Amino acid sequence: DRNIAGFPENPPVMTAIAAPVVSSGLIGAANASTGAGEGKFGLGRVALPEEIAAWDVDVSPDGTGLPVGSGSVEDGEMLFSEGCAVCHGEFAEGVGNWPKLAGGEGTLANDDPVKTVGSYWPHLSTAWDYVNRSMPYGNAQTLSDDDVYAIVAYILYSNFLVEDDFVLSNENFLEVELPNADGFIIDDRAETEYTIWRTEPCMENCKDSVEITMRATVLDVTPQEEAAAAQAAVAQTAAVTEPVAEAPAAEAAAVVAAAEADALDPMLVAAGEKVFGKCKACHQVGDGAKSRTGPHLNGIIGADIGAVDGFKYSKVLAEMGGTWTHETLAAFLADPRGFAKGTKMSFAGLKSEDDIAAVTAYLASFQ
Amino acid sequence: NVPDPLITEVQDWAMSFGDGVDASPYGLPIQYESDVVRRNVEWLTADTTSSINFTPIHALDGTITPQGCAFERHHSGAIELRKEDYRLMINGLVDTPLVFSYADLERFPRENHVYFCECAANTGMEWAGAQLNGAQFTHGMIHNMEYTGVSLRTLLTEAGLEAAGDLSDKWVYVEGADASSNGRSIPMDKALDDVLVAFKANGEALRKEHGYPVRLVVPGWEGNMWVKWIRRIEVTANAVESREETSKYTDTLEDGTSRKWTWVMDAKSVITSPSPQAPITHGSGPLVITGLAWSGHGAITRVDVSKDGGKTWETARLAKPGEKMALTRFYLDTEWNGEDMLIQSRAMDETGYVQPTKHQLREVRGENSIYHNNCIQTWHIMPNGEAENVEVS
Repeated sequence: DRNIAGFPENPPVMTAIAAPVVSSGLIGAANASTGAGEGKFGLGRVALPEEIAAWDVDVSPDGTGLPVGSGSVEDGEMLFSEGCAVCHGEFAEGVGNWPKLAGGEGTLANDDPVKTVGSYWPHLSTAWDYVNRSMPYGNAQTLSDDDVYAIVAYILYSNFLVEDDFVLSNENFLEVELPNADGFIIDDRAETEYTIWRTEPCMENCKDSVEITMRATVLDVTPQEEAAAAQAAVAQTAAVTEPVAEAPAAEAAAVVAAAEADALDPMLVAAGEKVFGKCKACHQVGDGAKSRTGPHLNGIIGADIGAVDGFKYSKVLAEMGGTWTHETLAAFLADPRGFAKGTKMSFAGLKSEDDIAAVTAYLASFQ
Repeated sequence: NVPDPLITEVQDWAMSFGDGVDASPYGLPIQYESDVVRRNVEWLTADTTSSINFTPIHALDGTITPQGCAFERHHSGAIELRKEDYRLMINGLVDTPLVFSYADLERFPRENHVYFCECAANTGMEWAGAQLNGAQFTHGMIHNMEYTGVSLRTLLTEAGLEAAGDLSDKWVYVEGADASSNGRSIPMDKALDDVLVAFKANGEALRKEHGYPVRLVVPGWEGNMWVKWIRRIEVTANAVESREETSKYTDTLEDGTSRKWTWVMDAKSVITSPSPQAPITHGSGPLVITGLAWSGHGAITRVDVSKDGGKTWETARLAKPGEKMALTRFYLDTEWNGEDMLIQSRAMDETGYVQPTKHQLREVRGENSIYHNNCIQTWHIMPNGEAENVEVS
């Protein structure tokens, strides 16, 4: 072990005498902490019940942590369509590389098993817990408990595990058993592998012949190196010329950029790039931007609403008409579903007007 | 024989100035090394905010991975969390639930350890056959750093474990602060053994992409458990069986049943050079074959290298004695006759575990396990010095 400085044998810990406990000073009540006990340092402060309630929301297979609430397949279908279908598909069948949540029953022993909530997940608590804490992707922890029950009910329905009039609640939660509940064994490598492979290995005449049976080049799926090599070449060339032209070039670039972007505030654009982090999972912008889960956003300011070629819009945006201006875009971003009821965009909206102004400026810089 | 002008003529760099100090207050590698970077395989995932990239192990030597090119794996992007805004909660079956600030953590006794962190999916794309052409892509979901932090045992003791009663069947559930809420259950035995709550790597603050300001270090166990931006540690009676320990990071066997709780990373090795991204450019004669070996069970004790696809083996030289749950560098200083080679490496650890072939692994697990592929890797070296990823009989 490369233990450069291990735990000291006799650290200067406090004895059983109560000692003043360091508090962040933020919360007065926290000063009413325990004294330090044997082997303790008296550091940290007592976690308040409200704080524990805010963070300790995980749910276990036996139902521990499950809040009171309920939701129907019917409500779940609507919520799923609005907030989840853009990645997971209207029927939870998955879009592109995003996870499939339904289907795949009986495929686990196949060459390409389809692992979904229905075919693979052992515990319903895991689905509830994950939707509650981590979904929708890019807008996590925004669902109410009842919404989570409804969405999980819809996922069960998509997997043909409940009927369309089913209502999932904390009362009947443990009655739902997932098909692959018994499909898992605890790691048994110690018995099935280690005993076989802990042997003295062969050093000579280990095989009669050796033939190549497969080559990676046949598949040709390795990312190509040309781009990296070209970048390196550009970097070297640039470095050679830079010392001479650095200052004027930088100024010229700034001037051109400013003119092109219709005198956008560079600080605002930079702030907008950060805000755009919330959008990037679905939207691309800039060189080579393509429509993916959402349409690409190059030239969006001044473009007709719902008109990026080849993107399949929700009905409401396809039929809305008009153009994206700073004003219409701001209204949409503040409240996507209020502005365009039925939009597939699963984003709750930006609360801050500053964020909206910034991200609009950022998008306007890609005209 | 023409005299070398690089020697006979006075070069610019021998006459004029280079950069002064402060030209780059925090330095980056020199421009000529700009190809030594992390790389992503775009088709692997739907989006880069929930994705992985790969350490350029083909271009590194020694054992310590520089933070700037150590692979990244995010489930919801790399967040920016200030030390001032950082809180770590310990709750559940403890005597006193506690909240620590970053400054609090710095007042506990610190430890330093070098450990490898390997994603359970490293080499996962190679189960069904040779697929990616480069050690970076086949084996680059690994890094090895010197961590500074506080032992988890110290923090659990601070909160008090009397309330947990018999510790032998208890767990800790660890959870990150990012939007993915990545959480994993760790048995109490391990939690009290060598798990570290770390805030420095290779002497400096963790990088954003590795969980700044605080991450968990779970020596020898799969990287997903090394929760980044760790915000909560809950002592529980049972495993939570979260999404990352049921639907992911479980290993499906040929008959469709799946192994869960496959935490330990078994012994593994790979030749990093020569390899597809690091071909032989010098022709026949002296050749250094080098690579990395590691084991989640303890220290590497021996690495054998074959040049004929596994017919005969010779024992390589370890750069220094293997260290527990850390990368070990091996070298085979050899002669190349300029002919085709099928080079392989085979690691052994202190428990006597011998790295298996892909055939051996498939025999037990089939081809659908995704995770924990620690098979022996083969590179085909061609007479022109180029290398390709192959499978052999």
